[in-house]
Amino acid sequence: MKKKTGIISKIYMAFIMLFLYAPIVVLIFFSFNDGKTTVWKGFTLRWYTELFRDSEIINALWNTLIIAFLASIFATILGTVAAIGISNFKGKKRLVIQNVSNIPIISPDIVMGVSLMLLFTALGVMLNFEMGFVTVLIAHICFCVPFVVLNVMPRITRMDQSIYDAALDLGCNQWQAFFKVVIYELMPGIISGGLISFTYSLDDFIITYFTRGSKFQNLSIEIYSMTHKRISPKINALSALLFLAIVIIMVLINLRDRHEEKQNAKRT
Amino acid sequence: MKSRKPSIPYIIWMLVFTLIPIVMIGFTAFTDKQGNFTVDNFTKAFYYTDVFIKSLWIALLSTAICLLLAYPLSYMITRMKRSTQNTVIMLFMIPMWMNFLLRIYAWVTLLQNNGPIDTALSFLGIHATYIGNTFAVTLGMIYEYLPFMVLPIYTVMSKIDNGLIEAAQDLGSNNFNVFRKVIAPLSLPGIISGITMVFVPSASTFLVAQYLGGTDDIMIGDVIEKIFWTDQNTGSAISLIMMIFIFVFLILMNLFGDEEAIA
Repeated sequence: MKKKTGIISKIYMAFIMLFLYAPIVVLIFFSFNDGKTTVWKGFTLRWYTELFRDSEIINALWNTLIIAFLASIFATILGTVAAIGISNFKGKKRLVIQNVSNIPIISPDIVMGVSLMLLFTALGVMLNFEMGFVTVLIAHICFCVPFVVLNVMPRITRMDQSIYDAALDLGCNQWQAFFKVVIYELMPGIISGGLISFTYSLDDFIITYFTRGSKFQNLSIEIYSMTHKRISPKINALSALLFLAIVIIMVLINLRDRHEEKQNAKRT
Repeated sequence: MKSRKPSIPYIIWMLVFTLIPIVMIGFTAFTDKQGNFTVDNFTKAFYYTDVFIKSLWIALLSTAICLLLAYPLSYMITRMKRSTQNTVIMLFMIPMWMNFLLRIYAWVTLLQNNGPIDTALSFLGIHATYIGNTFAVTLGMIYEYLPFMVLPIYTVMSKIDNGLIEAAQDLGSNNFNVFRKVIAPLSLPGIISGITMVFVPSASTFLVAQYLGGTDDIMIGDVIEKIFWTDQNTGSAISLIMMIFIFVFLILMNLFGDEEAIA
């Protein structure tokens, strides 16, 4: 087992990286272009200042963050509690519940989007409401919960049930045993489920598109209307800023992981 | 901890927001605007057979190319030092976190007439149109979904026990046989879940073809989106057919690989 990278591997890897990053680099490059086309007209920062003055985009950004935050919190609570309940089902019943739970993951986004739109339109007529913030939030919770269940479930099956019994023996009631003992055992699964939910919610366009009604705007919808109607380098400026945010977050996560690895290595 | 009751809220949730909407798609597909039973919607859905075939073709092509690109790549990553592996995987994730629409829009910028690629190749005397065709749509799909192929294959490959590879070498296998008899079969679950994760969204997505394709590069997702605002019944019928296609595909894939890899 050699752990050396051959020259062919390096070239191949470089080619793939070029493929992945070239479009983003070009996008960011033209955010500094003093012209509206892809012909270079000189350096400017005006698209950035215009971006921050665009109240619609700022508003859309807030909506995206609020929905992602609320959806992942609700989904994490609902999913964790559900996983505990489901883990006590055995055999066929459990298989059926888990398969139904996986439907939002495996069915195409567009089918989920239109089916929820049918439901919300029908409910809207019955209960007299219009689609908007709440329906988008519910739709996002729908596709987030299955990821939480999938991430928490293995933690429950692997957990030593006797620690719960031990907590009860030591005088905890059921709730205390859960919040003081069990939840820490499940925490890695809960956190990764929550993080996946958050990122999926941030990125979603298709499901939001069908459940948003006529007024609600999030970032994806805003980008959609920007690329469709009024092409403006403001989109490029927005991409550059989002890219910067992502890189910073990823580097921080990676540094933290490395730090933890080193700490673990020291301990052992 | 031993009670089934905590699952009740979620079971009700699934009933209302997962099962009922699917039943509603089925019901809408088999009724007309007045709510009477009809199969007309399916007759109308068959007008789009060409679009169906084209979508499946683009999805198959994108999935195949993603697999060809991702498989050797995943193998190369597993050959690297542990810390380098994490960095490379992180580099793969970063573009995936960019907004879905911005990623396609980046390709529109890159491929458009008088765009960077066109300008560069014009200097070399090559003049062509790079956008508005099936090639551009496939390229866009590959760009959107390549990480979904790399991640599962890499995950499975990195778990292969080195001892197995060494044992095969000790028993006289050359590199090719080690690959064929050890690495390939053990990475199969990753391949299966990669194929699923690329094929399903690329067959059903909309917008990629609208941004990068020509007039005849409409995909079934685009048809559903367009039609649903005016004719929910036909839209539901097409959605139902698409869903059945995808479930059959998933069942076929399930027969090849073990269930957990797909979930």
